[in-house]
Amino acid sequence: MLEIRNLHVAIEEGTKKLLNGLNLTIRDGEVAAIMGPNGSGKSTLSYVIAGKEDYKVLDGEILLDGKNLLEMEPDERAAAGVFLAFQYPLEIPGVATMTFLKAALNAQRKGRGEDELTTPDFMRRVKAGAEKLGIPQDMLKRGLNVGFSGGEKKRTEILQMALLKPSIGILDETDSGLDIDALKIVSEGVNALRSAKRSFLVITHYQRLLNYIVPDTVHIMLKGKIVRTGGKELALELEANGYSDYVTNAAA
Amino acid sequence: MSNITPLKTEAEQAMIAQGASIAADRKPAFARFADSGLPHRRIEAYHYTDLRALLKNAPPPAQAGGKVTIASPLADIDAYKITLVDGHYEASLSSTLPQGVKLQSVSTLADDGADEKGVLSPDPVIALNAAFSESALDIEIAAKTELTKPIVIRIVTTGAHASYPRVRVNVGDAAKAFIVETHEGGVSGSLIDSVFELRLGDHVEIDHLRLNLVDQSATVLTTFGGAMGRESVYRGHNFVMGGALSRHQIFFRFEGEQSKADISSASLLNRKQHADSTLVVDHAVPECQSREFFAHVLDDESTGVFQGKIIVRPGAQQTDGKMMSRAIVLEDGATMNNKPELEIFADDVACGHGATVGALDEDSLFYLRARGLPKTEAEALMLRAFVGEALEKFEHDGLRDTLESLAEAWLKARSA
Ligand SMILES: Nc1ncnc2c1ncn2[C@@H]1O[C@H](COP(=O)(O)OP(=O)(O)OP(=O)(O)O)[C@@H](O)[C@H]1O
Ligand SMILES: [Mg+2]
Repeated sequence: MLEIRNLHVAIEEGTKKLLNGLNLTIRDGEVAAIMGPNGSGKSTLSYVIAGKEDYKVLDGEILLDGKNLLEMEPDERAAAGVFLAFQYPLEIPGVATMTFLKAALNAQRKGRGEDELTTPDFMRRVKAGAEKLGIPQDMLKRGLNVGFSGGEKKRTEILQMALLKPSIGILDETDSGLDIDALKIVSEGVNALRSAKRSFLVITHYQRLLNYIVPDTVHIMLKGKIVRTGGKELALELEANGYSDYVTNAAA
Repeated sequence: MSNITPLKTEAEQAMIAQGASIAADRKPAFARFADSGLPHRRIEAYHYTDLRALLKNAPPPAQAGGKVTIASPLADIDAYKITLVDGHYEASLSSTLPQGVKLQSVSTLADDGADEKGVLSPDPVIALNAAFSESALDIEIAAKTELTKPIVIRIVTTGAHASYPRVRVNVGDAAKAFIVETHEGGVSGSLIDSVFELRLGDHVEIDHLRLNLVDQSATVLTTFGGAMGRESVYRGHNFVMGGALSRHQIFFRFEGEQSKADISSASLLNRKQHADSTLVVDHAVPECQSREFFAHVLDDESTGVFQGKIIVRPGAQQTDGKMMSRAIVLEDGATMNNKPELEIFADDVACGHGATVGALDEDSLFYLRARGLPKTEAEALMLRAFVGEALEKFEHDGLRDTLESLAEAWLKARSA
């Protein structure tokens, strides 16, 4: 279970709050969707959960299965089960995708006191995962994300998630940049990972993704706060009316 | 204005005293050194590496007969081996050379650092070597010789003394060879001043690897002078991990048209190491191409220096020269000094240089750490990619593996 309580975040003390008293709970097995206008703080929230250092947490707490994430390094959070599929995955020239995948998997195993994967075992897992997501093997020989198209990057993020099997997967606009077929393939990939123990936080601008990855809860985020929570029908309502209701309400 | 002769430092006085009874043929070189003394920061080429301030004392010159107790880092490589111990040729640690390669151990080689005409330029460190080097190796690779195995020249230092290794290799026309130079050993108090000269004929193809693996407490000053004829290829690689204080000078000159030189270097430095790489590539003739790529990784409180100069002489039209220096500074206490320069006296040339200094990209590191890689491991992955760029041009698989494992050990020691 992920519990976020009264989270206040700014770049620096005294500057504008990017998250402003945010509360959110995601139960085990739950798929929660967050929708909200540009700049409302969705990516900021995902980065703060994952442990990016650019932000200053002024108040509040984030607990994953009772463990205080805010006291952990990014890699410790990953080991605890956090996975963030980036809105903009980074290109890292010179680091072969395969080398990186192996290092990440083995780091996770080391943390659990397990032996390193043998090369054939590792290859088998990657091959199976890549096939399901329509990722050609050749792509994995290249530098990490280097020269990958927008959609290819997003698929590779999901491949990483499938290999690392987190307890909470945060998908930050994974649907942007995907063509219609890829949207289905990636959604199937995510759905295959759904389980009673694994939860997801799906950040999106478009209701369409939620037809494929059907959420249990939908949250509307505005100016760094969750302003409304509902079921999947809330996404349909937003699709029809936009955010104007909330923007005027919030202003009132 | 009066001609002010600065007071000699203790080290300079000791060196001058050591040369009091020097042989007649060394007197000119000795006089050049005695005249200038150790170079200091007001001498442009030594601005970042002030030897007068950094060299506190002058250890006594080494005698022959030092015992080698360390294993060669290249023991597993199938190669012809030549060993110099404290600057003296050691036949018992050298292998029989193949046909087409002749080696002579001589007491003196021509002192050609007196003026700009030689491969070696006037330079106090070269003059010091010429004054004190008592045994030199003169290696001749005959025209058309094609060596299938590398020649590895081990230059080993065994104690707290000064050694002056001197090697000259003449490569005849249309020969092909791979020459490796390893600098090993040394202790705190060792001073190594070595000069390696490579004279290349026409149509040659030469790989040259230089490894500085001396002890992290030693002082190591090394000079490489190369000159190449026409339609030839030279690939030089430098790998620097050793020395408390090190300076490697490269003087490379194109003497024949349509030749290519590719010079790359990777320096991995930590603690208080100071490593200077100073390069002068002289395009004295038209239509030659040079590429220079220098990479530094600086940890802890280390200091890196890169001074690179491409000279294009009048008339050296269609010169194509590109020089790049990249440095990663891992800690606030580490420093990189870059001084790239072009001196161009011809109008139809394509030359350029660039230099970057910075930390590893924070966002990339976060991305890797968010996948579970601990900080040092994420850094190691990125550093390996960074150093890989300097090593990728390396053609010999076995030697590349050795370099990669040396880099790997360095990275491992960081995270330990
Ligand atoms: N490192 C930063 N420095 C300064 N401002 C930042 C930084 N990161 C985010 N912000 C600001 O915080 C606000 C929230 O940004 P965030 O990226 O979280 O929005 P978002 O909801 O993900 O938007 P989008 O839907 O466009 O992806 C924006 O106004 C943004 O400019
Ligand atoms: Mg965003």
